[in-house]
Amino acid sequence: MKLLSVNDNGLYCNVGDFYIDPWKPVKTALITHGHSDHMRWGMAHYICHHHTVPILKLRLGEENSVQGVEYGEEFEIKGVKISFHPAGHIIGSAQIKLSYQGEVWVFTGDYKLASDGVSQPYEQLRCDHFITESTFGLPVYQFPSAHDIYAAINRWWKKNAEEGYNTVLLGYALGKAQNMLAHADRTIGDIYLHGAVANVNAALNEVGYQFQGERITSDTDRSRIKEALIVAPPSASDTPWLRKLKPYRIGMCSGWMQLRGARRRRGVDMGFPLSDHCDWKQLNQAVLQTGAKKVYVTHGYENVFSRWVAEEYNLQSSIFKTLYNDEEEESA
Amino acid sequence: MMDFIMLFDAIDQTTKTSGKVNAIVQYLEEATEEDKIFAIAILMGNKPKRPVKTTDLRAWAAEFSSIPLWLLEESYFIVGDLAETLMHVIPKSNQETAFHLVTIFQDIMRLQGADIGEQRSIIIDYWTRLNGTALFVFNKFLTGNFRVGVSRKLVIKAVAKYLNAEEPVIEHQLMGKWNPFEETLQTLFKVQTDKHFLPYPFYLAYPLESEPETLGNISDWIIEPKLDGIRGQLIIRQDELFVWSRGEDLMTDKFVEFNELTAILPNGIVLDGEVIPWKEEHPLDFSVMQTRIGRKNISKKSLQDAPLVMVCYDVLEWEGEDIRSWPLWKRREKLIELLQTYPVDHVLKLSVSKTFESWADAATFRREARHYHAEGLMLKHKDSPYEVGRKRGRWWKWKTDPMTVDGVLIYAQSGHGRRANLFTDYTFAVWDEGQLVPFTKAYSGLTDKELITIDNWIKRNTIEKFGPVRSVQPELVFELAFEGINRSSRHKSGIALRFPRIVRWRKDKPASEANTKEDLLQLISSVHESNS
Repeated sequence: MKLLSVNDNGLYCNVGDFYIDPWKPVKTALITHGHSDHMRWGMAHYICHHHTVPILKLRLGEENSVQGVEYGEEFEIKGVKISFHPAGHIIGSAQIKLSYQGEVWVFTGDYKLASDGVSQPYEQLRCDHFITESTFGLPVYQFPSAHDIYAAINRWWKKNAEEGYNTVLLGYALGKAQNMLAHADRTIGDIYLHGAVANVNAALNEVGYQFQGERITSDTDRSRIKEALIVAPPSASDTPWLRKLKPYRIGMCSGWMQLRGARRRRGVDMGFPLSDHCDWKQLNQAVLQTGAKKVYVTHGYENVFSRWVAEEYNLQSSIFKTLYNDEEEESA
Repeated sequence: MMDFIMLFDAIDQTTKTSGKVNAIVQYLEEATEEDKIFAIAILMGNKPKRPVKTTDLRAWAAEFSSIPLWLLEESYFIVGDLAETLMHVIPKSNQETAFHLVTIFQDIMRLQGADIGEQRSIIIDYWTRLNGTALFVFNKFLTGNFRVGVSRKLVIKAVAKYLNAEEPVIEHQLMGKWNPFEETLQTLFKVQTDKHFLPYPFYLAYPLESEPETLGNISDWIIEPKLDGIRGQLIIRQDELFVWSRGEDLMTDKFVEFNELTAILPNGIVLDGEVIPWKEEHPLDFSVMQTRIGRKNISKKSLQDAPLVMVCYDVLEWEGEDIRSWPLWKRREKLIELLQTYPVDHVLKLSVSKTFESWADAATFRREARHYHAEGLMLKHKDSPYEVGRKRGRWWKWKTDPMTVDGVLIYAQSGHGRRANLFTDYTFAVWDEGQLVPFTKAYSGLTDKELITIDNWIKRNTIEKFGPVRSVQPELVFELAFEGINRSSRHKSGIALRFPRIVRWRKDKPASEANTKEDLLQLISSVHESNS
């Protein structure tokens, strides 16, 4: 009997009778991180990293029963030892490690090995059974370093400012937005925030994070916003809200921007392949370094990556069919 | 100095036409003389034919990148562009070589004659030296279909701006296929008399969007049934014949019927018309033409099955004189006269001019145009000169409404280019005795927003994956429009559609209410009833 398996509700541990990132309402849910495809509405009790707690309350409501844990803190449910470890994906993101009768399982949630300068860096764990995402599990996805991209963004912002344009950067409100803000060069100009980004920043502020930028409200004098950097979620593109910020140039930050087709479909002026997921090399490195004998591949290019792992490394590899939808361009 | 790669990036990174034109002009001002000519050739889509087999290219790339071939293929399905796929999988080079356009072109010509081992070593040498966009553009030269994000029109505009010349002159000079190895800016853009093979730029009509009454008095218009063939210019100069299609392909060899005309017609003549298969006093269906054009060698049988004529509607040059500025009525008089004077009746027909009492009568004809082997009407003002390119005002095409059918989405495949990594190529089915049978594919017609929504739906409703293709739950219904329908032995369903495209997503209809194969067969017989 496997310690973890997938049923209609989500990734399930039958010994401990709890779920990880379930997609239907259940009693006990361990949550890897605060993105909406992993942290869903309706669980009787949530357990997550304590930096995810304010995000959960912001998005799912104050009244939820939430228990925050520290990285590395070990606790037990019905004899299953559980601990959360940094996944390097976004603030508060965790890999979840389960130990039972001498066997160790790790579910990565979403993760990346490369540093983004904001989230706590990925911790390399050892395990017997490794469940990995595969959002960018193709060799065409090999991302430049996030720090090179931050520098490119600043250069682009500077050029736009010199030419009299605002710079609009689209990126997921939780994760990408904070990465961009933490590395934006304030000497170039002012920084403004879409409400969705400002809300996340305010929530993260409760657990000690501070990010620069001024929230744009209905009272904000738009004529003041000149040569500025504006950080907004992808859903803000093509909205009246955005049009009021003209003249601007618009850039999108997402791993999908690695491909021209995605870039052009978005209709943005610039695409920056800034991702909070592992690229091909990192996925390979992670799989090898865990020392796992058994690999389970979830959301992404699971067929391809699973076959590759089996053939290239001679490991047992199979697919876990989950409903995490990082295939959507918005969040990756 | 701006090199070709910087030009490519500049064009690629702006959606504004002014930005693209300025980038090209700037490049032309800074590049070396010989690079310019090659850059213009590439931007116009004029480049050497594919020098290597893409299967070889894939095998070498997989080996060079230390990945199995199947993984490269899977990646290609997702990326949708082989050159881009290779750029991403090929290991980063630590030497940066300048991208020297002419040298690369010389090497590509060298590849065409080389044996496979030599091809491999030339290409791998480039792969070891190029990175990023330069690597991508190089791969694009190898894989064919290199379309930079500029239209011919934009390039012409930029070249005209750079040379301080008029756009129609440049368009004329850049028509057809020319060899960048044999041309310089001086030879290409000098007004020369010996370019006798060149057609005039085609005058194209916009679709009529307003009511025809807004065009004024119907007697001011020359109205012709719009035929569905291949638009072409037939040229006889210096005892030679040239037939150009509107796509600026020289098709003289495919249209052997016209060869004898050099012996009949005088030199210095250019006719504009529709090349179309013709039997017993009326045109045959376009599918007959397609079969004929698809053949490399024209057999006696295909000459008999699909004998071609040109239905002529204009004369642009007569006795060596460019008469495009004459009013249409005068050109048409000349056309009628010459078709009567010379014994050409078996291959050159006069396009019929219809006389209607009123626009309402014209509208009636247009509605039933398919019954007269036409796809609508052409409306041309009798005083119109023969203009350059697509222009509004004096020529209009007034096509009959397309036929439509509701089909169920059953297969999806990811697209290419702008639509790569997104399921956008759909196969549709209709009901046949309780089963869904595929009958057509369609690609275009939806907004990007709808595409993304449907893409997500497809990912969640996949039944099976076969390589790049997925079968999906038969739930979504789409209204499809098309211009023609025919029986076909080449398609499984026995039905072939012409120009199928998606009109809208019928969210209001369940799959059970889609059309049936019976409906399509009835449509075929109703369209062809009066034809036979």
